[in-house]
Formats: sequence, C-alpha cells, structure tokens
Amino acid sequence: MLKLPIYLDNNATTPMDPRVFETMTPYFMEHFGNAASRNHPFGWAAEEAVDYAREQVAKLIGADPKEIIFTSGATEADNLALKGVYEMYAAKGNHIITATTEHKAVLDTCKHLEKNGAEVTYLQVNKEGLIDLKELEAAIRPTTIMVAIMYANNEIGTIMPIREISAIARKHGVLVFTDATQAVGKIPVDVNKDGIDLMAFTAHKMYGPKGVGALYVRRKNPRVKVTAQMDGGGHERGMRSGTLNVPGIVGFGKACELCMLEMESDTKRISKLRDKLESALLLLEEAYVNGSREHRLPHVANISFKHVEGEGLLMGFNKNIALSSGSACTSASLEPSYVLKALGLGDDLAHSSLRFGLGRFTTEDQIDYTIKAISETVIKLREMSPLWEMYKEGIDLNSIEWAAH
Amino acid sequence: MAYSEKVIDHYQNPKNVGTLDKSSKNVGTGLVGAPECGDVMRLQIEVDQATGMITDAKFKTFGCGSAIASSSLATEWLKGKSVDEALKIDNMEIVEELNLPPVKIHCSVLAEDAIKAAINDYREKNGLEKIKFEESVVH
Repeated sequence: MLKLPIYLDNNATTPMDPRVFETMTPYFMEHFGNAASRNHPFGWAAEEAVDYAREQVAKLIGADPKEIIFTSGATEADNLALKGVYEMYAAKGNHIITATTEHKAVLDTCKHLEKNGAEVTYLQVNKEGLIDLKELEAAIRPTTIMVAIMYANNEIGTIMPIREISAIARKHGVLVFTDATQAVGKIPVDVNKDGIDLMAFTAHKMYGPKGVGALYVRRKNPRVKVTAQMDGGGHERGMRSGTLNVPGIVGFGKACELCMLEMESDTKRISKLRDKLESALLLLEEAYVNGSREHRLPHVANISFKHVEGEGLLMGFNKNIALSSGSACTSASLEPSYVLKALGLGDDLAHSSLRFGLGRFTTEDQIDYTIKAISETVIKLREMSPLWEMYKEGIDLNSIEWAAH
Repeated sequence: MAYSEKVIDHYQNPKNVGTLDKSSKNVGTGLVGAPECGDVMRLQIEVDQATGMITDAKFKTFGCGSAIASSSLATEWLKGKSVDEALKIDNMEIVEELNLPPVKIHCSVLAEDAIKAAINDYREKNGLEKIKFEESVVH
C-alpha cells in the first residue's frame, strides 16, 4: 500500500535504518560509559564499541581504522580538513584549489581562510558540473598545499573524476581532500585506489544517525597531519578533542556495514526507479536534466521544468511528496541555487528546478505517485504561467525587457 | 514555511486565470517581474469605457504560491471597482488578507505594480497620460 508522505529528499538526510537504531539503543543507557575511561568496565564497553565501529567505517572506504577521526558531522570534518591542513602546512604554502560547486561547508571555510591570508582558486565547472583537469593542473603553484574537490555534488549528483584529480595533485606533491558526504555508502569509494589524503563524510546521509561524521586522514604515503581545531582532552589522536558520541558512532559503524553489504543491490534497485522517474518526467515538454547523466550518483536526478517556478511547483504536492528545489524562494537568501548557476543555467531555469533524492526505502508505487503528481502540477501551473503562454506563441522571452526587481 | 489557508486556497483554486485580448482598446495589460527573479505576473483589466468600471480581470503568474495567490486575489478585488478605486489598492492590504510572511511581501508589491501597470496601459491606449508612481520600496 502506498504510504504518504513520500520522502524524496535523501540528499538532505536519510531516514535511519531500523537495524542501525537497534544497534545503537544499548549505548544510551546500558553502556553509557565514556570511551576514554580506561579504568573500569563502563569505559571498556564504550571503547570496545567505538573500536568496532571504527573498523566498520574504515572498511567501507578501504582505510585503516587508525585513519578515522570521528567528528560531529561532515561540516566539522570539512572545517577540520581545510583549516587543519592550512595551519599545519603553512610553511609549505597558502594556496588551496577548490571548485565553485562545492558545499557551503567547504566554500565558506575557504572564504574564512582567505581572510586569514589564504589564496584560493575556485575552478569553474562545465555544464555537466565537472571541472576541467587541465585547468586544475594549470592552477597548481609551488605554494599549493591542497586540492579540495567534492566526490559527488549534493544538488545534481555529478561525480567528479577523483582518481584523475588525485593523480594530478600527487604528481605535484599536493594533498587531496574530498568532501564525500553524498558518495560514501552510495557508490564504491576507496581512499587508496582513489588516491585520497583526507575525506569528509557523515552518518546521516547513509541511513545512520545525525550528529556524527568522520574525517579520514591518511597515515602512510604520505603521512598527513592536521592542526586540531578543537582543543581539550586530546581525543582522536589529538586531532579532535571531545568525549566521543558513542551511540552515534556505533550507529555510524552499523550504517557503514549495511551500506557495504547492500550497496550493490540498493544501487541496482534505486537507479532503476530513478531512471523510471526521470524518463517519465522528461516526457513533459521543456523539461531538462541538470548536470551529468553519465557521471552521476545512482539515486539523484535534478530536473528543470521550464516556465514553472520551483516553489510554486512544490506547493502543488509538498503535503505528500518531500522534495527540494533550486528556486530562490525555497532558500533564505532569495538567490537561486549557485550550483545550478555554475552549470551555466539561466536564473529562470534554476528557479524551475526540482531535486530528487531517492533512497533505500523508496518504493515503486511512490515513484508512480510522484510521476503523476508532478506531471499534473507542471501542466496546471503552465496553464497559469504567462511565460508558458508567450513560449507557446513563439515569443522569444529574451527579447522582452524585463523590469528586474 | 507553512502557507496560510488563504494562500493555499487561491493556489489550489485560483480565480480568474486567463487572457484578455491585449489589442482591445478597453483592455489594460500589466506585465511585471522577471523570469530571473523567479516571478512574473501578467494582470489584465477590461474597462467599461462609459462608466470607467472594471468589468473583468484576468491573470497569469509564474511564481511561488504567494505570488499566484496575490495576483488571484488582486483580480478578485479589481472586478467591480472603478479604475480610480483600483489605483488605491495597497500591497499591504494583500499582505494582511493573505497573511503573507515578511519574506513574501515582495509578491504583494508585484501584484500592486501589476495593477498600476495595467491601468497605465489602459490609460495610454485611450489617450490619457500615464500616471507616475513612486518607486515601490519593498523589493
């Protein structure tokens, strides 16, 4: 039976898998100990659970458990990687290379570092959302300390050529940091095969709990160090002080284990549903996919419905379907999505976009319902849209002098 | 953000969606906003030239629910008013009627601008001087 409301905003956060929740529950009350308490059974139980989770997390990304630094989430991990490397490698240089479509946790941290003397190059992306590797290489200077390029984009799902990026960076002795928040658990990520030195990711995007994430920090070839951004008891090998969130970490570990076991079958099922949704919606006139369709996360689709405004569109069904839009009206800033604009989309198309993030618990009847609801709403709103009328009359909308307000 | 019931009602059952003959002398058309800004309103009035009364009003809007509701409400208010009365419609009345939150006030401003633009278009077509309005403040 169809269950409403339908959740298709899995890029924002995923529901927790019941198996994850089950694993966590003993660590709230029964095993409440501090993992740093070395002298009694309460501490031992907590430490043992954390150690086990650290192995589960490390295994998913092909890392050594010692290379996992638990944090409060991906934003903190992004901050720690960028600020920590910037401070630690100050003697080598002050230049960081990133891209315009990065998450705000990376972009705003870079802006912060610029105020403190960093030089940052923001690489442009093409209409698929990919950086140009030649531009990347050309941007490297003797003072470049790090390339910070996301693994996969949160709005359009475009997967960056991380292996090629890291090969270039390594050739020049530059560290590679990737925000892999959307990728880990969804597609195979291997820090060694991919040549990654630092990597941020989080539990709540892979059916784990909120409030826990990790920074992978390479220990060999090269040994990477970051300056701690949180001072205190010297937890996490001195890189991140603060009592460990034991239940969260246990859940994170379990979530990683499940992703590892079920990634292949999940991907197969979810990408089929995504393709069904996408091809059905593309039957509507003037509907366009944003970003790369070839290099893309299997559960993501970002589609613009020209001449219909995103928030208005969402209103047609948001009681029953949870989605995001790149429209300005859905954000606090009143600016349309900077990611879509970076692809070269006009503001009008950015305003008209919807982001679909499918997940482990998405069902086929939910997708069928969504196709119907969205198609109907698009058609209804176009009947109401002056732009659609003009388009149908063959008027070139660019020829009109709009009074921008 | 939760929408007020009135916004939802106008969104679901918009009043007076449609198109009047813009070449007709007794029809005034106002097209305001810009696609880049995420909202475009087209508001039209049909005026009985003998009495100066607005006999019909239609709109089409590209925009969020609040923009659609603001223009739908505006057309309702316009019908049966004289052109002079229509000029007095203030955007804050729309804000109050629809319970628009501060972030959506610009939708009501756009509706007021659309009314004024439609009236000026009508005046121009009928050899009357365009009225100069003060720039709306909230944008």
